[in-house]
Amino acid sequence: MKFDTPAGANPTDRMQVLGKPLDRYEARLKTTGTATYAYEYKDVAPNAAYGYILGAAIAKGRITAIDTTLTEAAPGVIGVVTYRNAGKPGVGKFYVQKMLAAPEVDHYHQPVAVVVAETFEQARAASALIRVDYARTDGRYDLAAQKGSAPVPPQGEFGGPNEKRVGDFEPAFAAAAVKVDETYTVPDQAHAMMEPHATIAKWDGERVTCWTSIQQMNWGTRDLGLILGIPKANVRLISPFIGGGFGGKGTVQMDLALAAISARVVGRPVKIALQRPIMFNTTIHRPKTIQRVMLGAGRDGRLTAIGHESWSGNLPGGRTEPTVASTRTFYAGPNRLTRMRLATLDLAEGNAMRAPGEAPGLMALEIAMDELAEKLGMDPVQLRVVNDTQVDPEDPSKPFSTRPFIQCLREGAEQFGWDRRNAKPGQVREGRWLIGMGMAGAIRAGKIAKSGARARLDGKGIITIEADMTDIGTGSYTVVQQTAAEMMGVAPDSIVVKLGDSTFPETPGSGGQQGAPSVTAGVYAACVKLREAVAQRLGFNSAEVDFSDGRVKSGNRSVPLADAAKGGDLLVEDVMEFDKLKDQFQQQTFGAHFAEVAVDAYTGVVRVRRALAVCAAGRILNAKTARSQVIGGITMGIGAALMEEMAIDQRFGFFVNHDLAGYEVPVHADVPHLDAFFIDEVDPTISPVKAKGVGELGLTGVAPAIANAIYNATGVRVREYPITLDKHLEGLPAIA
Amino acid sequence: MRLFTYERAKTPAEAARAVAGQPGAKFLAGGTNLIDLMKLEIETPTHLVDVQDLKLDRIEQTGEGGLKIGALVSNTALASDARVRRDYGVLARAIVAGASGQLRNKATTAGNLLQRTRCPYFYDTNMPCNKRKPGSGCAAIAGYSRQLAVIGASDQCIATHPGDMAVALRVLDATVETVNAAGEPRAIPIADFHRLPGATPHIDTNLAPGELITAVTLPRPLGGRHVYEKVRDRASYAFALVSVAAVIQWDGTGRVAFGGVAHKPWRIEAAEAAMPQGAAAVTTSLFADAKPTHDNAFKVPLATRTLAAVIAEGNAA
Ligand SMILES: Cc1cc2nc3c(=O)[nH]c(=O)nc-3n(C[C@H](O)[C@H](O)[C@H](O)COP(=O)(O)OP(=O)(O)OC[C@H]3O[C@@H](n4cnc5c(N)ncnc54)[C@H](O)[C@@H]3O)c2cc1C
Ligand code: SF4
Repeated sequence: MKFDTPAGANPTDRMQVLGKPLDRYEARLKTTGTATYAYEYKDVAPNAAYGYILGAAIAKGRITAIDTTLTEAAPGVIGVVTYRNAGKPGVGKFYVQKMLAAPEVDHYHQPVAVVVAETFEQARAASALIRVDYARTDGRYDLAAQKGSAPVPPQGEFGGPNEKRVGDFEPAFAAAAVKVDETYTVPDQAHAMMEPHATIAKWDGERVTCWTSIQQMNWGTRDLGLILGIPKANVRLISPFIGGGFGGKGTVQMDLALAAISARVVGRPVKIALQRPIMFNTTIHRPKTIQRVMLGAGRDGRLTAIGHESWSGNLPGGRTEPTVASTRTFYAGPNRLTRMRLATLDLAEGNAMRAPGEAPGLMALEIAMDELAEKLGMDPVQLRVVNDTQVDPEDPSKPFSTRPFIQCLREGAEQFGWDRRNAKPGQVREGRWLIGMGMAGAIRAGKIAKSGARARLDGKGIITIEADMTDIGTGSYTVVQQTAAEMMGVAPDSIVVKLGDSTFPETPGSGGQQGAPSVTAGVYAACVKLREAVAQRLGFNSAEVDFSDGRVKSGNRSVPLADAAKGGDLLVEDVMEFDKLKDQFQQQTFGAHFAEVAVDAYTGVVRVRRALAVCAAGRILNAKTARSQVIGGITMGIGAALMEEMAIDQRFGFFVNHDLAGYEVPVHADVPHLDAFFIDEVDPTISPVKAKGVGELGLTGVAPAIANAIYNATGVRVREYPITLDKHLEGLPAIA
Repeated sequence: MRLFTYERAKTPAEAARAVAGQPGAKFLAGGTNLIDLMKLEIETPTHLVDVQDLKLDRIEQTGEGGLKIGALVSNTALASDARVRRDYGVLARAIVAGASGQLRNKATTAGNLLQRTRCPYFYDTNMPCNKRKPGSGCAAIAGYSRQLAVIGASDQCIATHPGDMAVALRVLDATVETVNAAGEPRAIPIADFHRLPGATPHIDTNLAPGELITAVTLPRPLGGRHVYEKVRDRASYAFALVSVAAVIQWDGTGRVAFGGVAHKPWRIEAAEAAMPQGAAAVTTSLFADAKPTHDNAFKVPLATRTLAAVIAEGNAA
């Protein structure tokens, strides 16, 4: 099915099942511990051996010698895989990292060897017996130091051009009545998902099957094929449950590549889970950015000049962190300059993490907006209202498909009690606590991509949906179930959902918050086909048929849906493809975040007291899972604002706090009551289901709202995340 | 993890003998620290002597009106004991400020005192670390040292004792009771229990090899107001940047010890005379010899401000 004109009325508009806060399809499995995660499969490969990765002890240089004699003689060891016997692993299309030091070492903890043994403990013990000699060379680890020589790279596959101008920025900025020109830093951040990357790999001749934890099947099969040098068709990935990803499992990581390679070398299935202490320096992370934001406005608050320049660093060939993406579309203003520079760094690869670009970009832009509001003496909500635009500010011929941003701002302000905020910072005190309120706007691309699905109706009236979509804890199963139930007019428990197998019809998977909109559009297409097949089987004229209550009705004829499969199951498959609407409309999701913080006037400790988000993301497919995505996003934003930073040792060139004790993410005690509300809207330009993603939107804008609240509490502006107490301690009230 | 042998001792003296008699042997209590370190091959004992059957899990009244806490009393049991909560509030509060509920169920009183540092370089066996590998150097001094010591450190090591419980025990003047392989008891004042790193940072305490902790004894209750204030980046499940254990009397006099700043709980009794004059008067002398790094210089003013908060809350109460 092709989607090329805005959707009219269709069965999804009934909203009898869609939109309802249905419990998760797999809730029972997850709450009873019976959802099987990649590393836990026993029966699929009973003879699987255990792989354990030895990471490089240096950040840059080369291996000069490896002695595995002791390891090979150690109890239980089956084999040792290094660059000498691994073949020549290729590189996938999305990540540029090399899976093995071969023998050049590109970054700290890059895998040097995999020890394969009968048990995990044997593999781990034997890995400590490998002797590796290195020749260390100097590396580049400091973005600030490399900043001056970082070029504007040629345009990559994602994130648009690296430099873009509209109007004439410099003179407009110079002439602006009110200006902000500040530099902000967002540190390297880790996905730190609960389930580590894990894989069981099993070969059958030229074909490999991997039970793994991966977000995007289509990229995974493509990239594993490239890495192993085999056709994509010879790769099967199975990943029905994923314990969190946040983009860190987008495509093939070391666990998957090295399990497959090791299994090929030792001739036995191999299972590998990345050890937590090497995940931080081995896999991808959100790279640090240094961002200069220049805002010029008239006294009325209207922006006349918007400038955003950003620096990030990466391994050679790695991508630019697209921080300026949101600045290009968020606010009106005739003169604009956005530019991104990319330095070469010898740290682990920087790549996608939940809302790449927008999340760190708005962490800078939305503080700058707060600073501008203060200079103007204007309310920060009002500043955003006056700079709203209903057309793409870089290309006014392109309207936003929907943009209820002002509504998000106003409803948020109202619900939150924003009018109680004292605009003058450092004024509100409750005992030892300084109280502040802050807000920020949010924008995140509402992406959608080609997505397939298969639907089967059986004689009991059960409809089984298959798609290679994944569920990383977001609720994919449930929204697929709801879409199919709505389309077919059946109760949700008549729907069986099967996801996470690369032999199922292709979807874009979980990434870029396009999973739910894309997969539900694919399910829509398959269900339309199934309805036609049912109608035909039952001898209905398909144009006038109503599917509801488990029955197929037309005129005064009403037949149980199951009857259509009496003569054998009905099986259909379709793909939803998207066309020019993407280019005709700016399709984005919006939000407004509000936060109240308390800062200990003595110690500088910051605690978030409450936070609220109002989001607009087209049709909300499930009120509960959507809310969970947003409050989960706020939780992650609390981490970004207050504690998350991969600390770099500039001498040894690595992230020092490389475990979950050192890399702090919020715990329950950090997270207060959170509210999430949605604007009641549909986006008919996106798909027949009219839904956009919310998963990344929920994070975008949270950290700057908190940062602005902290400033409102203390009067000390911190422009370097995370806002730990040491950064504002000196500016707090003197103690008696 | 290296291969090791394992036994369960029946009596304290037998346990002490078993460890003293075999190089590389170690006691195993709750295992929440030792086993983690063994997995990373930071600790590589050849033999473990499990002490869980030693029946050292009771809290008893002493003849002097204090409490004797068995070495195996769990952190949870200690913090929830009614006598501890009534008379030694600083101790109960310090314990519940640490780790998590599950860990405190497993962690023992002796094991908690002997938990090793959380210096990140100590945890990474690729890095030089005098505490883990004597003579290899110290990666932290010129490295990432935000968490580490500001006082009492050496040019060999700037690690901290990361725990909370010991800071409260220090302010309470507790005594660590031990027995050695010969069955001889010894009482070590808590002030002399942990060492400063000096030239031997690999030795955390003054326990002799094979010396087993049997109990920790608290003197008579001090009265006053008991406070444990732990400052950290996240609200729970994190080690202290700075912590303050204080017992403040109603006349403004009191005792105070700091955690998170040194290789041992940091207390100088002489400095406490200045308590009625306020926090800065106390910390000026307590931290007179502070030598912070660039990363952790904030801990010195933070210590003063935290103590000020503790004192101010007392005045307000
Ligand atoms: C994730 C995490 C977070 C934590 N957070 C905190 C925190 O915030 N604050 C805090 O204070 N602590 C914290 N801890 C540390 C925790 O308190 C200790 O791990 C625990 O107290 C150790 O007790 P254990 O009985 O498990 O000791 P074990 O691991 O069994 O032993 C520790 C050491 O003590 C020795 N030992 C044990 N018993 C005796 C004995 N009777 N005599 C002589 N030697 C003995 C062992 O040989 C070993 O060297 C945390 C730990 C973890 C894992
Ligand atoms: S501070 Fe101590 S524990 Fe840390 S690296 Fe230096 S010697 Fe090792």
